Amino acid sequence: MNRKSIIAYPYVIWMVLFIVVPILLVFYYGFTVDTGAGAKFSLENFRRFFEPVYLMVLLRSFALAALSTFICLLLGYPLAMILASKDFERKNIMLLLLIVPMWMNFLLRTYAWLTLLEKKGIINSLLSALNLPTINIIYTTKAVVLGMVYNFLPFMVLPIYTVLSKIDKSVIEAAQDLGANSLTTFKKVIFPLSLPGVISGITMVFMPAVTTFVISRLLGGGHYKLIGNLIEQQFLSVYDWNFGSAISIIMMIVILISMGILSKYEEVREGGGLL
Amino acid sequence: MNKKNFTITLLILGIVITLFAGCGKNTDRVTINVYNWGDYIDEDTIRDFEKIYNIRVNYDQFATNEEMYVKIKSGSSKYDVLFPSDYMIERMIEEDLLHKIDLNNIPNYKYIESHFKNLDFDPNNEYSVPYFWGTMGILYNKTMVDEEVDSWKILWDEKYQDEIFMLDSQRDSIGITLKMLGYSLNTIDEDELEKAKEALIEQRPLVLAYVIDEVTDKMVAGEGALAVVWSGDAVAAMRQNPDLDYVIPKEGSNLWFDSMVIPKNSEHKEEAELFINYMCETDVAYRNADYVGYSTPHIEARKKLDPKIRDSEVAYPDMESLDNCEIFHHLGKDLKLYDRIWTDITAR
Amino acid sequence: MRKFLRRFYVFLIFLFLYAPIFVLMAYSFNSSRSRGAWGGFTLKWYRELFRDREILTSLKYTIIIAILSAVISTILGTAAAIGISHMRKVPRSLVMNISYLPVLNPDIITGVSLMILFIFANINFGFKTMLIAHITFNTPYVILSVMPKLKQLDTHIYEAALDLGATPSYAFWKVIIPQIMPGIVTGCLLAFTLSIDDFVISFFTTGVGVSNLSITVFSMARRGVNPKINALSTLMFLSVLILLIIVNVRMSRDIKAKKQREATLI
Repeated sequence: MNRKSIIAYPYVIWMVLFIVVPILLVFYYGFTVDTGAGAKFSLENFRRFFEPVYLMVLLRSFALAALSTFICLLLGYPLAMILASKDFERKNIMLLLLIVPMWMNFLLRTYAWLTLLEKKGIINSLLSALNLPTINIIYTTKAVVLGMVYNFLPFMVLPIYTVLSKIDKSVIEAAQDLGANSLTTFKKVIFPLSLPGVISGITMVFMPAVTTFVISRLLGGGHYKLIGNLIEQQFLSVYDWNFGSAISIIMMIVILISMGILSKYEEVREGGGLL
Repeated sequence: MNKKNFTITLLILGIVITLFAGCGKNTDRVTINVYNWGDYIDEDTIRDFEKIYNIRVNYDQFATNEEMYVKIKSGSSKYDVLFPSDYMIERMIEEDLLHKIDLNNIPNYKYIESHFKNLDFDPNNEYSVPYFWGTMGILYNKTMVDEEVDSWKILWDEKYQDEIFMLDSQRDSIGITLKMLGYSLNTIDEDELEKAKEALIEQRPLVLAYVIDEVTDKMVAGEGALAVVWSGDAVAAMRQNPDLDYVIPKEGSNLWFDSMVIPKNSEHKEEAELFINYMCETDVAYRNADYVGYSTPHIEARKKLDPKIRDSEVAYPDMESLDNCEIFHHLGKDLKLYDRIWTDITAR
Repeated sequence: MRKFLRRFYVFLIFLFLYAPIFVLMAYSFNSSRSRGAWGGFTLKWYRELFRDREILTSLKYTIIIAILSAVISTILGTAAAIGISHMRKVPRSLVMNISYLPVLNPDIITGVSLMILFIFANINFGFKTMLIAHITFNTPYVILSVMPKLKQLDTHIYEAALDLGATPSYAFWKVIIPQIMPGIVTGCLLAFTLSIDDFVISFFTTGVGVSNLSITVFSMARRGVNPKINALSTLMFLSVLILLIIVNVRMSRDIKAKKQREATLI
């Protein structure tokens, strides 16, 4: 069967050229400092990062991204299940409709959220017209999480949907025939079978969420610096590409380790003898 | 997807691409590449320029000085005319990225008001021709603030908790704090910067949001009482909400310029100068000022503007009153001091 | 009741997704340039939109780049996913982990590092470089969409096809591809979406005269985005919607016809 891996080679070549080489550049910058007379090898950039301020930013970014990913999963999984269920018509159209909002420009969508959420925004005007208490989440972490969930939700739903849509229905029926109630069927059969999709979804939501910065700047009111802001600032405001690269190397390592743990979990489940 | 659908899709794809590809015409005309801020010109003036001089204009847009700089410095894109701001021009001169402009080729330079010549960032008028200028100040809502606003200190008044918009920009926010404390906004003195940092940390709980581009919209909507804004945006905001007013605090502020320059790797310097001269024609400068709404340094163009704008104290303040306003300088390596302070303030 | 609850849930999620879209569409009819005030109904932004050569050119590039990069990265990524799944453990996890990098790196890092690479390689900046960049950040998403389907794949069917005399390539096209098709379609959709919405990477990898809509929109940020862009978004949205309705109507007609045919056959 190994002969088949050949068809991955075009991509592997592409990957080496356009992913690995640029990453080597990032490493080059991360491990050097600009002395004015040329670059010099140094670990200074990394040492600098281990100051409480920066660590706190890292921690906050991870916490917010994890929370958003979790909410995406919580909201997205049922949606994927409904869309995949056999009595739901026009699946393809619904799937497209799910992603079409993302074709409108990101900045415009985020501005629109501002209009909705502001102190005197549309939602609050509606609420006060109905004599209901207004909500004040604009410029808080809640608004940032909302923005992240909004922007990444389709990335959670789609992979889960594709996996669920082709689960062998007879397996589920067999479980039900054997007396499992719907909760047990879900826990023991459906969810484990959909795990590859869930993990793809988590990856596609969590990773970009850690590094996003426009959402935190616009909806968080700039109160909550995230790691993405920090890196962007190094590249564009201060021109300290060395420090910026070092931050992103650290971030890469941390994320890859956490993803490694996740895929270990997946393998354990796979090897656990489900079917 | 079945085969038939697939073929149809491919077919549509092919048609779309050939259709679009047909749009690019190749002519022998000289093409110049112009790089400006987004939505910062009346585009009809470019079309007219193309017709009059038979030169094609490739018009691209950028969002910040810094992004533009990275592209020019790296050499990835060759432009003929750029529109950077003051401190960025200083930096580009320092790094030898700019051509000297031959003012003999810009006869319309005579229309530029003398206050806007010999500026700090280009002391001998060798590299740049001013396009727009303005100040930074406080935009406030008269229905929410009933005292007289004349000092940056009001942004530290606890009465206005959660009603204040600050700028999410290191240089600008630290700059006005330095001004409030009576220092230069170009200082690199660590004690002075430390004091500014303490003041900004103290102010932080009062700030509703640190914003950058959407602040005028928010002020028009009445989301806050006080905001730090650029004068050009203040004019636009006041036109849409008469409750708003703008003031340049007595401690002084920032004076800024966006000017036209020619980068060193330009291959059409002559045509670039032609373009810059064209931009300084009275009618063209007027149309741009009218469309953009920012303050023009062009004497004749200003006279043609709507009297409401022309005589506005906000858009065209008395030059003497700007004596304690400063232009940002390029700080080089010392920018890291500002970055560190800003991170300490906003990352906690 | 259950059906109602499900539909209600779907409705709520779609409301959440579409609320901002309706807001931005509404603002395309706002005669005031600012988001902060409603100045009355107007169509002037639509008129101005069609006179704006820069926006229309960037729309053109956006669509071409999105389609091309989605198609190419779907082919590249699907092949890659199939190949990777047949690799041994160590190279597999190596390739997968490297593929994650464009997903997890901030755009600015990907953009700037690709820019430096193109400068080293002495490639002229423009359409080509932007397309390469888009394919690069799109392909991992395709792989991530196809991978779960491959894990789900029932290899017995493939082997059965071979046993029944199918050539490997016939079995590949007729057995494997149809089974992973939903993943391929999803991947293609995601790639298209990401390409349409990318600003930072496009900005640093494009050259003179080539820009996409995101670059145009973000460049306006300092002065407030011109409502022309809202008008354009509204038109884009409506055309997609109309297209969907047409496809939908035709599809249900096809289904009906098919059912009728089947009925007459019986």
